Amino acid sequence: MKKFIIKRLGLALISLFLLSLTIFLLMRVTGDPAVLLAEPGASQADLDAIRAQFGLDRPLYVQYVSFITHLIRGDFGQSFYYRTDVFELYMSRLPASLLLAAAAMTFSLVVGIPTGIVAAVRVNQWWDSIGKVFALLGLSMPSFWVGLVMILFFSVYLGWLPSSGSGTVLHLIMPSIALGWVFAASHMRLTRSSMLEVLGSEYVKLARLKGLPEALVISKHAFKNALIPVLTLAGINLVIMVNVAVVVETVFAWPGVGRLLFEGIAFRDFPVVQATVLLGGVMIVVVNLLVDILYAVIDPRIRYEG
Amino acid sequence: MTGPLLEIRRLSTHYVSARGTRVTRAVDDVTLSLDQGQTLGIVGESGSGKTTLALTLLRMLPPAARIVSGEIMFEGVDLRKKSESEMRRIRGKRIAMILQDPMASLNPLFTVGDQVAEPIRVHEGATRGKAWTRATELLKAVRIAAPERRVREYPHQLSGGMRQRIVGAIAISCEPRVLIADEPTTSLDLTIQAQYLKLLRDLQRSHNLALIFITHNLGIVAKMCDQVAVMYAGRLVEAGPVKQIYNSPAHPYTQALLESIPRLGDSRKRLTAIDGQPPDPSAPPPGCAFHPRCPKIMDRCRTEAPPEFGVADAQTSRCWLSAPMNAARG
Amino acid sequence: MNGSAANSRSASVILTLPSRLAFIRMEGFPLVPIAILTGILLVAIFANVIAPHNPEVGVLGDRFRPPAWQANGTVDHLLGTDHLGRDVLSRLIFGARISVIVGLMVVIVAGAVGTGLGIISGYMGRWIDQVIMRLTDAWLALPALTFAIFLAAIIGPSATNIIIILALVYWTRYARVIRGEVLSIRERDFVRLAVVAGCSKWKIMRKHILPNVINSAIVLATLQLGQVIIAEAALSFLGVGVPPPQPAWGLMLADGKKGLMAGYWWLTVLPGSCIMLMVLSANLLGDWLRVKFDPQLRQL
Repeated sequence: MKKFIIKRLGLALISLFLLSLTIFLLMRVTGDPAVLLAEPGASQADLDAIRAQFGLDRPLYVQYVSFITHLIRGDFGQSFYYRTDVFELYMSRLPASLLLAAAAMTFSLVVGIPTGIVAAVRVNQWWDSIGKVFALLGLSMPSFWVGLVMILFFSVYLGWLPSSGSGTVLHLIMPSIALGWVFAASHMRLTRSSMLEVLGSEYVKLARLKGLPEALVISKHAFKNALIPVLTLAGINLVIMVNVAVVVETVFAWPGVGRLLFEGIAFRDFPVVQATVLLGGVMIVVVNLLVDILYAVIDPRIRYEG
Repeated sequence: MTGPLLEIRRLSTHYVSARGTRVTRAVDDVTLSLDQGQTLGIVGESGSGKTTLALTLLRMLPPAARIVSGEIMFEGVDLRKKSESEMRRIRGKRIAMILQDPMASLNPLFTVGDQVAEPIRVHEGATRGKAWTRATELLKAVRIAAPERRVREYPHQLSGGMRQRIVGAIAISCEPRVLIADEPTTSLDLTIQAQYLKLLRDLQRSHNLALIFITHNLGIVAKMCDQVAVMYAGRLVEAGPVKQIYNSPAHPYTQALLESIPRLGDSRKRLTAIDGQPPDPSAPPPGCAFHPRCPKIMDRCRTEAPPEFGVADAQTSRCWLSAPMNAARG
Repeated sequence: MNGSAANSRSASVILTLPSRLAFIRMEGFPLVPIAILTGILLVAIFANVIAPHNPEVGVLGDRFRPPAWQANGTVDHLLGTDHLGRDVLSRLIFGARISVIVGLMVVIVAGAVGTGLGIISGYMGRWIDQVIMRLTDAWLALPALTFAIFLAAIIGPSATNIIIILALVYWTRYARVIRGEVLSIRERDFVRLAVVAGCSKWKIMRKHILPNVINSAIVLATLQLGQVIIAEAALSFLGVGVPPPQPAWGLMLADGKKGLMAGYWWLTVLPGSCIMLMVLSANLLGDWLRVKFDPQLRQL
């Protein structure tokens, strides 16, 4: 088990390294980094000052080392607009995004998994067809459009739910459904196909041959096995949700890191944009690592393969 | 108990394609019987219907398949008339089955002990502790070393031979009367096969099981079985006591099968295989299904499907060559 | 040799035109999605002819007119006007052009790059394979949308830039899948024969491997088309995609948000429906293609 964790940790570190390198290079390579790092409306003197401050004239690898050391220390720069440390800013907004992602993930699992299971158990019958349509629609509708239409319906026409901001559970409902909708569809699909595969497996066949009641066959033998790929996907999706939430947070003015990114773009606040992307990537790597470990806990085969 | 333990009379199972256009006669008019303590070998090429026959017995057919006619008399009662919940009480408890691939048959997420104890808990209502103890004893009975330790392990930690023994342990856990083994040694190494077959034979003797052994390997049948039934294209073409059939096979297919086994010291230099391929089960040839490949074909064979004829003592053959002067057996 | 015959057959099936017509009688042929996509394509091509008004210029006095069938709507603006008085129908029509161009270009470029790298990686193996795969893995670790936004923020929004950015983000999918296929094709007899015959590596990759993976590439491209269009719409919605006054559907949604609370539903529902229609058709087509042509891709 330990060997397994160490190996995964190593891979995660490599990913982080490549991530930071990519972001670093992209910024330096496309256009003039001084313009990006300076506030909008900077004069030539300001630009020169920036160049000196960040050492943009020095060789690339020196710059990179400096870049990395700053990052490790948690120094992501200062926000132009908010005039505060970007890292602190990000961290203060992160809980809101995590809350939204958790709610959306719950929605997507609560809707997706049972629908997928029913679709698989009643394969090719009514439920399955309905499920397929639902999945297809989910994957075809942009999440922010779902959000906008829901606002139109539930806020403007019906007046039931608030259209923006946060603070109460009511505020959470629409954004989490808008965000979770697409993932519900993909979770449903995966649950269904995974369940179908498991239901056709030899060990399920043997379980039936043992004379076990069908409910036990499905709940004990099929369910746990079928769920493995779905949970893996869900874990990875959680972080993707946080990153993709930028549009939903913008639509609902939800105060998370997605909206922070939007503000960064709108106000041309580059340090914020860079930090959001970097930290978003870091989160993906970290969560992938955790999911891998969790996977090993659930499935005993993985532990021994390392 | 009077009469045979298991009696299959004129059983037919058909698969119907999704649109109802194609009908595949997977099992066609099969009649067999089996007594307590006997071993019946069912032999045939792949697609001959052997596995479908076993699944039909246990009423575990996929939705596309239907039992069209016949009776499955088990302990004097027709299994076709039983409800699904009644069948579930029979499966695993009175009739058990071993599948071919032991790695695939065991659920990778649960311990071996859990899976062996399961039928005991479900069928006999045993408590967890008792079932676990029984499971350990069963592992001992199938000759697994250090059963107390193995019982807690997962399937992937065991070798192929051990896994197949576990599957065997699961099968006998509730003391069934009939055990169906579907190609149990095909995925095992040759060196393990003999050991496993010996285990099966010993288990059969000690538990007085009726054993149905499905295989394509005539050598195994010779070693393990008292009776043999040869299947071709879903039909039973020859059946009877093993020694008799091996010494004097009546059906040309059986003859060809026996001839194709290479033997050391054979004067023939070439391996004789049977010409041609088994027919498409959804479109079998008219008349006798074997006629396109039969070296002893007669005109009649092309158009009329032969019924079963009695040949010598307890041996039957579905071939016009075996037709006596008087009427054929039902 | 059966493998090569079957593969070449299935490869040419997509590429030759006459046999394509026989498909229509194939089971489950997605007539409606293809009709819709063709319709959108035609609208995009003939936008200048079809659109009744100039999509980028509007009459301020005519703002926020609802569609013709509602009160205060006119036949002149069948689907209403937006906050600058621009005709919605015309904007939708020209928006189709943007979606089609961006969608196709991204999918083609990403597909070409990804397939090429996938073939090289799968066939050459060893260190090239390792490098390309590590690169792909690292790339996949980046949050796609966020990354696209990041790039757009750096190099500035424009249609061309969006195409480049999205292509950069989406090529990795192709590379992985194609590489997997190449790994198995590499062992087939007809490839080995070519090696024995002394063909150069590049020739083998071009002549033997490429035709056999093109099926999967096309299926993957169709499946990705929907995602690309949604991504473009999202980017435009956020203001880092196609810049105004071009009538990208995503941009129309951003504008539409301004009138949302006032109940000007058509500015939101209509552009979004267009997006959904196009993505849905692409997904249905992609699903059908996947089932018909490449069972290996069923895992996707």
